[in-house]
Amino acid sequence: MTKKSIKCRVNGVNREYFVDVRSSLMDLLRGPAGLDSIKHGCDVGECGACTVLINGRPFNSCIYLAVWAEGKEIVTLEGVTNPDGSLSDIQQAFVDEGAVQCGICTPGFIMASIPIINQETPSTREEIRRQISGNLCRCTGYQKIVDAIEKTQKKRIAEKKKG
Amino acid sequence: MLSEPNQTKLTQKMPILTLEEMMSIVGRSLNRVDASDKVTGKAKYTGDLVTPNTLVAKVLHSTIANGVVKSFNLDEAWKVAGVVDIVTCFDVPDIAFPTAGHPWSTVEAYQDIADRKLLNTRVRLYGDDIAAVIAETEIAAQRALKKIEVTYEEYKPLLTIEEALANTEIPIHDEFPTNIVKSHKYEIGNFEEAIKAPNLIKVEGEYETPIVKHCHIEPAISFAYEEAGKIVVVSSTQIPHIVRRVCSQALGLPIGKIRIIKPYIGGGFGNRQDALTEPLNAYLTTRVRGRPVKLEYTREETFAFTRVRHAMHFKITSYLNREGDFVARSVKAYSNQGGYASHAHALVANAINAFRMMYPVGAIKGEAYTVYTNLATAGAMRAYGIPQISFALESHIDDIAKVTGLDPIAIRKRNMMKLGYVDPITTITCHSTGLEECIERGEKYLNYSEKREKYSKQSGAIRRGVGMSIFCYKSCVYPINLETSACRLVLNQDGSAQLQMGATEIGQGADTVFTMMAAETLGFTIDKIHLISRQDTDVTPYDSGAYGSRQTYVGGMSVKKTAEKFKAEILKFAGKLLKRDPWDLDIVENQVVRKNKKEPLISVADVAIEACYSLKESIHIAAEETHHCSDNTYAFGVCFVEIEVDIPLCQIKVVDIINVHDSGKIINLQTATGQVHGGMSMGLGYGLTEYLKFDPKTGRMLNDNLLDYKLMTAIDTPELHADFVMPYDPTGPYGNKALGEPPTIPVAPALRNALLNATGVAVNSNPLNPQKLFYAFKEANLI
Ligand code: FES
Ligand code: FES
Repeated sequence: MTKKSIKCRVNGVNREYFVDVRSSLMDLLRGPAGLDSIKHGCDVGECGACTVLINGRPFNSCIYLAVWAEGKEIVTLEGVTNPDGSLSDIQQAFVDEGAVQCGICTPGFIMASIPIINQETPSTREEIRRQISGNLCRCTGYQKIVDAIEKTQKKRIAEKKKG
Repeated sequence: MLSEPNQTKLTQKMPILTLEEMMSIVGRSLNRVDASDKVTGKAKYTGDLVTPNTLVAKVLHSTIANGVVKSFNLDEAWKVAGVVDIVTCFDVPDIAFPTAGHPWSTVEAYQDIADRKLLNTRVRLYGDDIAAVIAETEIAAQRALKKIEVTYEEYKPLLTIEEALANTEIPIHDEFPTNIVKSHKYEIGNFEEAIKAPNLIKVEGEYETPIVKHCHIEPAISFAYEEAGKIVVVSSTQIPHIVRRVCSQALGLPIGKIRIIKPYIGGGFGNRQDALTEPLNAYLTTRVRGRPVKLEYTREETFAFTRVRHAMHFKITSYLNREGDFVARSVKAYSNQGGYASHAHALVANAINAFRMMYPVGAIKGEAYTVYTNLATAGAMRAYGIPQISFALESHIDDIAKVTGLDPIAIRKRNMMKLGYVDPITTITCHSTGLEECIERGEKYLNYSEKREKYSKQSGAIRRGVGMSIFCYKSCVYPINLETSACRLVLNQDGSAQLQMGATEIGQGADTVFTMMAAETLGFTIDKIHLISRQDTDVTPYDSGAYGSRQTYVGGMSVKKTAEKFKAEILKFAGKLLKRDPWDLDIVENQVVRKNKKEPLISVADVAIEACYSLKESIHIAAEETHHCSDNTYAFGVCFVEIEVDIPLCQIKVVDIINVHDSGKIINLQTATGQVHGGMSMGLGYGLTEYLKFDPKTGRMLNDNLLDYKLMTAIDTPELHADFVMPYDPTGPYGNKALGEPPTIPVAPALRNALLNATGVAVNSNPLNPQKLFYAFKEANLI
């Protein structure tokens, strides 16, 4: 078993890990990094429950090798919560819109929605649906998830306009 | 099957509230009590609770579907570094046990079939559990599995009902020599006499539904260890108290020696209304002197080796008069059980019961068979046999409309269950119904009748169609099974209360509605109720768990009863402090007041602190009550859908869809709407894309993953509309009836009927996927 040392930033903090070269980023984050917001439903890139942001883009961490994280900026759901522990806008929208049921898909959906809510121009619901179609949810029918993302995106765009 | 973005959102009418309703908590649209933990990652699921030193177990699944394990060669497997133990089917206790999530029946004839062991020598499906490895790491366990050599005596796999009925020389289970698990019949009125009436129209049809999968996103998982002389199993289950009983049966241990802990779970949909990994996991920890052992299935194992929805085949015959009244109807049903009994015949029995209940007019007879085959074991899945019969029956109604030229809505309205109906076999009574209004709202929303007329005259490659379907669904499992639920409330010194339920949160929002119900009855604000979500059978009061859409109906009544008793205890103590008759007191927004008065006399917090620390009379205020439910009532609903069919591409696109439900008084509109959306999405999958495919030679499941098994993604899903008609049901604790499962029921038949409207082609099996449509359209000379 070969191990390798990697350096990366996780939720804004510089970290160094000594990882099995075969292990996935998901194993690293859920294991030694102790970030168990990350869920898993398939381990082969089909469900999106393990989605994290790597340099701002959503990836399925189950099929991303831990060693590839060298030098990368990684954000998980723990890093989306405001530093004072309060909910960020997208989290609050998931709560208020009723986009959460069993919740196993929720961390992945929130991570997948970050790039969408940061867009400069508003998306159609169809575009939002397309962008989150790599994430599976069996409970909600996606309706309220799309609502939560759409609402947050609109709010952010309006806030940016206001300056 | 992309859907057009549909901007016409249903505008939920703002109800005009009475003063009493404005005061009440039940009926409001409140955020879920667990939402905040779930959007921050604080919510803990089974996999999040596994401790680092936990051993990993992996199951060896058979590579034949029918036969007997003769021997193992474990030599190479034992050589793998990190292997701690290897257990085979020859080592486990010789005890057969049942797995179905039913409350235990003390009457032997009604007990679930005990037909499997922890590991099985007699192999009955491709992937049967035949051995297990416990290792230090997952990789070691996997490696060891690969090195185990097995020799089998192999029999021909019996994969269809026909094959299983025809090949009985070596039955799948010796105790069932015909491979029939169970069959039964009923007859209401005299069918043969009834059909002698003159001028009847006879319509016949055969309908078939496929094997499908729950696809909860969290795979099957548990871990087990020993503590304080007990086996503790932490598991993702819908039914902790039942799993405890099953584990005790499987291991031959007293029930008090087993403790089940249920944290948050990542969906269930009936799959986890069965003991899955728990019994074997409980046994495996005993093999390693109580060290923690995790048994987590991969997605592929969860697909193939947990439970599936029964495939069913129905033959329906209907006789009706010229006006459209049913005179006689019959159904003959076959249900494919797969290798083990699990919930067995209960599902198809439920299906043919609903056949009777939905249109309880004229003579009706039903006949059902559940047959063992060497396919994946079928168990409970959302709505327990009713999606199957509804696909058949509601398709059949539109077939009748086509043959007779009668209006499909008119046929339904004439014959459907009405208020006051008492089912002659189960005695379940229709205590309230808003079905007629559900139909009217759906028809109006879609402009169904006008469109149906218009669309029936189309030609061309792209056509539109509208379809609808109705259903009825029971609100609990009484009188088929025991219905019992207990609840506990404990007062804290700050005037808040712990609420403990045996009923489980599985994503459907149970914790939220129980919190609301307790607050409502106690006169507390929501924030003063602390619901303990996690069940622990050592301390949690008994309830059989989340299934049958029973919890708000049965568990809700136990909350109400317990809260009433608890409130009386608080007021009794407050009465002493205030020197007033407790009967004259009430609680409003956490304050003790005089009945029908507003001025606070003392806060519940002050009562609580005095009760706890009083030097004169300290009392710890708590209450616990059981609700043994001995009634039931029907929920109803409809689906109306408009589709666009691309005939050359053999594709269906959903243009608009609405479900309208009568689930009685809705406790929480937000969570109820969420349930409807999720059920509709699952129904769309059932109608359009989902089915499990098996290798016809070996019986191996072929599409056992989330890529090849097509459940709805966000882009496949149209905008979903939900509406509610809310008659107050007199038997529901707060006027409420079943809601969790029903939304999935009416979607597939509505889609099928829309296809019939669009093309004139009757497709009598779901899903309506392009492969199937190709053959159907070809046969109809459309392509
Ligand atoms: S667990 Fe990573 S995509 Fe499913
Ligand atoms: S909320 Fe359960 S899978 Fe999405």
